[in-house]
Amino acid sequence: MKCKKMVDVGRRQFLRGGALAAAGAAASTVTGGAAQATPANAQVDYPSDKLGNIGDLAINEPMDISYPDGDSPGVLIKLGEAVEGGVGPDGDIVAFSVLCPHLGFFMNYNAEDRTMNCPGHFSRFDVEAGGQQVWGHATSNLPQFTLRISDNGDIFAEGSSDLIFGRPSNVL
Amino acid sequence: MSHKRQIDRLPIPPADAKVQNVSCHNCIVGCGYKAYTWPRNKQGTLTDNAFGIDLSQQQNALGTWIAPSMYNMVKQNGKDVHLAVVPDKECVVNEGLTSIRGARMAENRPSKVTGTQQQRLTDPMVWRYGTLQPTSWDDALDLVAQVTARVVTEGSEDDLVVSMFDHGGSAGGYETTWGTGKLYFESMKVKNTRIHNRPAYNSEVHSTRDMGVDELHYQYADYEMTDTIMVVGANPLETQTNLFLNHMRTGMENGAKFIMIDPRRTVAVNAAEEIAGKENVLHLAIKPGADMAVMNAILTEIVDKGWTDDEFINASTFQGGVAVAEDAGQPAALGSLEFAMESARMSLADAAEICGVDAADIAKAAAWIAEPKADGARRKCVSAYEKGIIWGNDNYRTVGALVNIALATGNVGREGGGACRLGGHQEGYYRPSDAHVGRPATYIDRLLISGGGKIHHIWACDHYKTTLNAAKFKQAHKRRSDMVKTAMDNAAGGSREELIDAIVGAVNAGGLFVVDVDIIRSQIGENAHVVLAACESNEMNLTSMNGERRLRLSEKYMDPFGNSKPDCLIAAGIAQNMERALRELGEDAYADQFKGYDWETEEDAFMDGYASGNPDVTYDRLRAMGNNGVLEPVVGYENGKLIGTERLYTDGVFTRHGREDGKALFCAAGWRGWQAAGKEAEMAKFKFWVNNGRANIFWQSQFLDQDNDFIQDRFPFPFLEMNPADMDDIGAAPGDLVEMYNDNGATQAMVYPTDTARRGDTLMVFGSPSGSQGNIVNPGVNELMLPDYKHTWANIRKVADAPESAKRISFKSKEYTS
Repeated sequence: MKCKKMVDVGRRQFLRGGALAAAGAAASTVTGGAAQATPANAQVDYPSDKLGNIGDLAINEPMDISYPDGDSPGVLIKLGEAVEGGVGPDGDIVAFSVLCPHLGFFMNYNAEDRTMNCPGHFSRFDVEAGGQQVWGHATSNLPQFTLRISDNGDIFAEGSSDLIFGRPSNVL
Repeated sequence: MSHKRQIDRLPIPPADAKVQNVSCHNCIVGCGYKAYTWPRNKQGTLTDNAFGIDLSQQQNALGTWIAPSMYNMVKQNGKDVHLAVVPDKECVVNEGLTSIRGARMAENRPSKVTGTQQQRLTDPMVWRYGTLQPTSWDDALDLVAQVTARVVTEGSEDDLVVSMFDHGGSAGGYETTWGTGKLYFESMKVKNTRIHNRPAYNSEVHSTRDMGVDELHYQYADYEMTDTIMVVGANPLETQTNLFLNHMRTGMENGAKFIMIDPRRTVAVNAAEEIAGKENVLHLAIKPGADMAVMNAILTEIVDKGWTDDEFINASTFQGGVAVAEDAGQPAALGSLEFAMESARMSLADAAEICGVDAADIAKAAAWIAEPKADGARRKCVSAYEKGIIWGNDNYRTVGALVNIALATGNVGREGGGACRLGGHQEGYYRPSDAHVGRPATYIDRLLISGGGKIHHIWACDHYKTTLNAAKFKQAHKRRSDMVKTAMDNAAGGSREELIDAIVGAVNAGGLFVVDVDIIRSQIGENAHVVLAACESNEMNLTSMNGERRLRLSEKYMDPFGNSKPDCLIAAGIAQNMERALRELGEDAYADQFKGYDWETEEDAFMDGYASGNPDVTYDRLRAMGNNGVLEPVVGYENGKLIGTERLYTDGVFTRHGREDGKALFCAAGWRGWQAAGKEAEMAKFKFWVNNGRANIFWQSQFLDQDNDFIQDRFPFPFLEMNPADMDDIGAAPGDLVEMYNDNGATQAMVYPTDTARRGDTLMVFGSPSGSQGNIVNPGVNELMLPDYKHTWANIRKVADAPESAKRISFKSKEYTS
């Protein structure tokens, strides 16, 4: 991701590895259930993946993440001002997929006006307005990851508001 | 908080899913899609599915994906089936790209299972007991026919006013234009008729046709092999999305320069700069209405620099001075280039003054279009235009000025050339002659407002949202139709004869009997006394051609909703009932004119109309041609394929004007300032220019999008783009509701701060159900009844703080940033 402000690569890779392991565990649970002919749950079971800690985040400095598995890149941002859907003590932490829900291009973050921008076909999404498409070709807003903050400030992703580009199920 | 679909997985189409061809019914580009349908109780798997790919793997960018909006559950042959409408990578139009309109085709289908589009009409309705009541087709059609037959025989066919679409795509197509055309132009000779988006029955581009050049003569691939793309008064990234993204973009990536002539900076300009680099994009941000002046100066520069294509001019254009003289019904003379230059000549300095742009930039545009390359080779240029000049100042001469440049530089009928309109809907016009309508055609809105006409048949038009002088039109239409409603209410409980007598009495006293054929209850439909429920493409088979004349069959994959029917079969039903009603009135000879409508299906109507003039074309052959179809005109059928025409006029012979010599004519496009009545005074009197335009997110007048949560969440009210400093002046914050008012009427919108809008220039989205920009457009038209919707001035004041739904949305710039 061509974020204008990047977190260090080492931490990003570490987190991505963690996400992969959790997704693998979730997938094997589903497969096991199917083999035993147990009825599938009506809703997708999302992994609970640790993305980082509140202390890792600086205002408007996006952190690369992956969720719900390593093939689904995303971004975690502390905006500095409370937004609807924001979590944390300041209500300002949000996370989104960075694959454009139009045709799956990897998007850029514009820290100046806090939008995700797609170089594929020029769509853009407002991370301060729940990932609403400001202008573009997508037919859903940007998938926003459901976040939970633990007592020690760890940030977990545990769901997605919309279907992530390029997959028939958010958890494969 | 923005709209969340809360969908985390979708059904997978199985390998044996039924696959059918779909041409997107929305804009003129007509992107190819495939409709997959499969039984309710079946599904594919991650590894065994209709796409033949491993869906357990994350797909790459441009990979196959069913977005939630591409899915629904619909009725097919009476059974609920899964539906997925996904882009066709094999279609040369879009090559797998989607638009925000086309990718919602599935979710914009009516479904009793998922609850989408429950606004769709299921049955005819008749005004009874103070409201519209559902009824049978027999009852509704009988009432339409009895009243119509009485009125046209007691008076004349001139008492019947018809508003009817003339296009392809969703509500149009060759089937349906033929159905209505045969009814009103063959069985009857109705001359008081108008088209869905303008107040008369006329061409939008008379001048190019009079010059011999049909407005759709190129193919989209020409953008990919040209040196310069010039767009005038259009915003193709929003309104012809995948023409821009899949063809203009390729051209720019191949090195083409991009010229935009438009007062407004649009997302298309921004995207062109991203693709081609700012140094290869020239935006001539002219003053409103000055398009002709800048194009005349470009032509003058080309002529004076000797950059004309003299070989082409000598061989293919008229040489003898004036060919067609100017008169009251002919807005400009036509003739040779030399003759045209006598009036079209415009210096760079004069144009710079009129247009408010640098003379050097106008000269640069001329050079980008026509200055020979270093090796002496001619440059190629595609020119494209749309509503900015079609609904602009001095339509005839301005469109003529653009085509002049193309003819002077030999850019018609050649690879990498063309001077074409970009279009709105797809096309699908096949009707008997309309010569009886006359030229200039009747200004229908004026006729209705002044009390003319007694019956109004409306086919998929909503003038409440999309006409000019709309405030006055609505008042008159409602007042006159209410007279008939009152008469019908008073006749309640009586016999059929008493009801018809009451209606005829009311229309003879100044009332208007209104029949509305539509797929939903429209705003003008609230004035109707009979509503006839239509279906649209993919609920029926439907043929159209796109903006490069690409003819396709968009296949029926689901049942019409409820008892709704294809328009062509509704027209047939009216005709059959007219025949019976006229016989009952003793009008046998007249009744005989309504024979020949024994169509069982839309295919029967297609064969009766389009195929009678194009005998090589059948549904089976079109189906076999798939989403790539065939470029019209179709000239043969060989080896199992229809043979089309890649581009028109490759032989340098021009025929659209009907001249036997085949010579194209130049337009004496003399600049005359504001052409339409009242524009200049309005500009002087009111503070803001209230331009209007389209947004990619909405299709047409939002007739389906008004019931789409994703769309209405983004723009719960029509937006008005306005410079932030102007917003400060009127005390408006983002999302506040403001009123635009002038001597024509008033309307309201939600203000959207726009840094790129010039001070005093605003733009309101056109055709909104919750704010009609047409309310404030004056009635001015040109000599041929073409309206100038684009030039409206008004004062603006705040009327309300942002409503709750508007507080939650984004008001950031629409321009992509890298």
